[in-house]
Amino acid sequence: MINVGLNHFLIVSGILFSLGLYAVVTRKNAVMVLMGIELILNAANINFIAFSKFGNLGLTGQVTALFVIVLAAAEAAIALAIVLNIYKTFNNVNVDEIDHLKD
Amino acid sequence: MNESLLINISIALLFLPLLGFATVIFLGKKVPKIYLFEVFIVGIALIATMALMFVKLAYYQSHDIIMAFNWFSIGIAGMKDSFTVELGIKLDNLAVIMLFVVYLISFLVHLYSIEYMRGDKRYNRYFAYLGIFTFSMLGIVLTHNILMMYIFWELVGLSSYLLIGFWFEKKSASDAGKKAFLVNRVGDIGMFIGIMILFTHYKTFTFDTIFAQMALGNIPFNSTWVLTATGILIFMGAVGKSAQFPLHVWLPDAMEGPTPVSALIHAATMVAAGVYLLTKIFVMLTADAMLTIAVIGGITSFVAATIAITQNDIKKVLAYSTVSQLGYMVLSIGVGAYAFAFFHLVTHAFFKACLFLGSGSVIHSMHHEQDIREMGGLRKKMPITYYTFLVATLAISGIPLTSGFLSKDSLLAGTLAFGKLTGHWLLPAIGFLVAALTAFYMFRLVILTFHGKPKNQHKFDHAHESPFVMAAPLVVLATLSIFFFYTPNPLSAGDGWFISDWVKTPHTVVPASAAFDFMVDHSAAHSAKAINNDAHSATNSSEAVTNKSHSSEANSSAHGEITHSELYTETMHWAHYPAMFASLIVAGLGILLAFVFYQWRKVDADKLAESIKPIYKFSLNKWYIDEIYNATVIAGTLVLARFLSLFDGKVVDGAVNGAGHTTKFISRLGGWFDTFVVDGFVNFTAFVSGFIGLSFRRLQTGKVQTYLVLVIFSVIIILLVIRPF
Repeated sequence: MINVGLNHFLIVSGILFSLGLYAVVTRKNAVMVLMGIELILNAANINFIAFSKFGNLGLTGQVTALFVIVLAAAEAAIALAIVLNIYKTFNNVNVDEIDHLKD
Repeated sequence: MNESLLINISIALLFLPLLGFATVIFLGKKVPKIYLFEVFIVGIALIATMALMFVKLAYYQSHDIIMAFNWFSIGIAGMKDSFTVELGIKLDNLAVIMLFVVYLISFLVHLYSIEYMRGDKRYNRYFAYLGIFTFSMLGIVLTHNILMMYIFWELVGLSSYLLIGFWFEKKSASDAGKKAFLVNRVGDIGMFIGIMILFTHYKTFTFDTIFAQMALGNIPFNSTWVLTATGILIFMGAVGKSAQFPLHVWLPDAMEGPTPVSALIHAATMVAAGVYLLTKIFVMLTADAMLTIAVIGGITSFVAATIAITQNDIKKVLAYSTVSQLGYMVLSIGVGAYAFAFFHLVTHAFFKACLFLGSGSVIHSMHHEQDIREMGGLRKKMPITYYTFLVATLAISGIPLTSGFLSKDSLLAGTLAFGKLTGHWLLPAIGFLVAALTAFYMFRLVILTFHGKPKNQHKFDHAHESPFVMAAPLVVLATLSIFFFYTPNPLSAGDGWFISDWVKTPHTVVPASAAFDFMVDHSAAHSAKAINNDAHSATNSSEAVTNKSHSSEANSSAHGEITHSELYTETMHWAHYPAMFASLIVAGLGILLAFVFYQWRKVDADKLAESIKPIYKFSLNKWYIDEIYNATVIAGTLVLARFLSLFDGKVVDGAVNGAGHTTKFISRLGGWFDTFVVDGFVNFTAFVSGFIGLSFRRLQTGKVQTYLVLVIFSVIIILLVIRPF
């Protein structure tokens, strides 16, 4: 049995972050992009908890993780509202085709 | 009347004609009868002038009235090179007499012109010009400084120019105007230089101050030579204005102007201004200057008299006779007969104005015929013109009981005395010869015009006596040619009030060594001291009191004493009777000859002329002086002008064009540089910016994901570069 330490957590969190980032960068569907963002946030949560467990920092990290989850929920609500508005405007949610920032 | 009142009246008299001029010139087009205003003004002024003259001559006879004020100052008073220019009026006996002469003749000419110029299309303007002329002439007469005199001197030149060229549609008239103006300029240059010499030395233009300084022995640049030159230079102004040889050529041509103008300007007043100037500067003339003046005057009178004999234009004869008489006056100044020169000026003004107005009357009635060969027999048709003309002719010929006899006789006596005192016998000889010539050509004129049979019946039938306004001036002027206005003794001017009371020869201020011996009164031991005192007080008064009228006690001596030496007085007495008899004989001879030639026709004048053809031609063609000027001065000027024009065309224009071409070339070069280098650089910059912009534009996709990728890579790169771990 391998002794699970901080590095393992960080690796998992790094992989998760990378997957999230990849999803954000490559997905065409705006909803998928949002899901990528959720992955990134959760990678951060893992980091908070890992540092909290191994860093003798008390419960601060875990509380922060809870706060991030709440924040993520709020973010998801707002983001989905935005996506809905995008859909109303462009009749799709394909981020490739939304390039109005260019103008 | 007190002095300030006299001064105020004289200022009003000076400016009244200017008011007339301004009114008539501005309202002339709107109010056709406005010329009457000008005539009225001059008439009123004439009355005031008579009052002024009476008061001055009766109550202030040896007492000059001066009013001066500062015109402007240069520098700080008292400092080196600072000076003040004054304007002022000096009323002396000569000035008031001249004032009267000018106003009287001006008024008569105004009156006469009403009829003579009737129907002229510039009728009102004519009267305006007469007004400006009268104003300018009065300025010369009344001024107390030579600068103001010069200003008015030029103004009379201008008005003379305007009036000679009054009928400027005629080429000859406009040419004559220009000629008069230009010839006068030649003389004026000399006068101006003379004035500047005086001014440079004395820092003032005022006659009295300058003469007071001179009397103290302070002469320009401490050299009698310069003093002589100054006198001759100022005299040059008189040479131009008074038509002296060799600048007399403008006066006969000036006859292109209307005849009343010839009477006013070119016979009686303006041309006399030169002589008046000489009377003003008389005291500063050295012996050499006086001799020069006398010689010029003698030459002029002789040349003009010889020309007058053969002229056929009635006005030309009178013009040359005017030149000749002016020569007399100048000669008289030159020989020191100051009072007689002025006396002759006054008498000549009256009888010559009478002659000119008479000739105008003839010309008017003959439908502008001026050739005396076309006239004759007018005596019956124009009795008033004839008899007044005859009286004036007798006066100019020097027949007793006329004013001309008095002035001419005493003038000739002056030359005779001069001949005896200095040995220059040629001058009196010329004087008497000219007197004979004058009598001859004047009677030739009278006989050809008024006696005999009419030569042009058609024009003769038209002839008629002139109306009242033209005849009245003739009568007035003819009356003034009688002796009793000047002296009670018809044989001697010296007994009369004109010479013995009114016009006194002033004391010369030239150093005794440079003056004629007879001009200096050696016998009076006190004189030197007296002069010094006078000079001092004159200097003080003119320096201290400038802004209000003041009487100059010092000047009373300048006009109050006869300052010739006793020798001169004796010689004048000696010369009196010989001169009188001689002038009577030559005048009688001249008249007799005229009758022999033209009235009784004992000798055929034409045949005689034929037999001495070269001399006759020489005289008829006016000594070829105009031709000589054409060949020398005018041709020279033209050659010079042509050369300068060539120089201008080739060299100056070449230089300008060269500069133009060079500029054009340089600018083309600059343009090329601008187009290719500067513009190229600018365009290049723009192109590079554009290129860079184009390349970077690719990055701007507007897609959030692309940006994100860039951000990620940037962060990675930054992390790699900075290496925080």
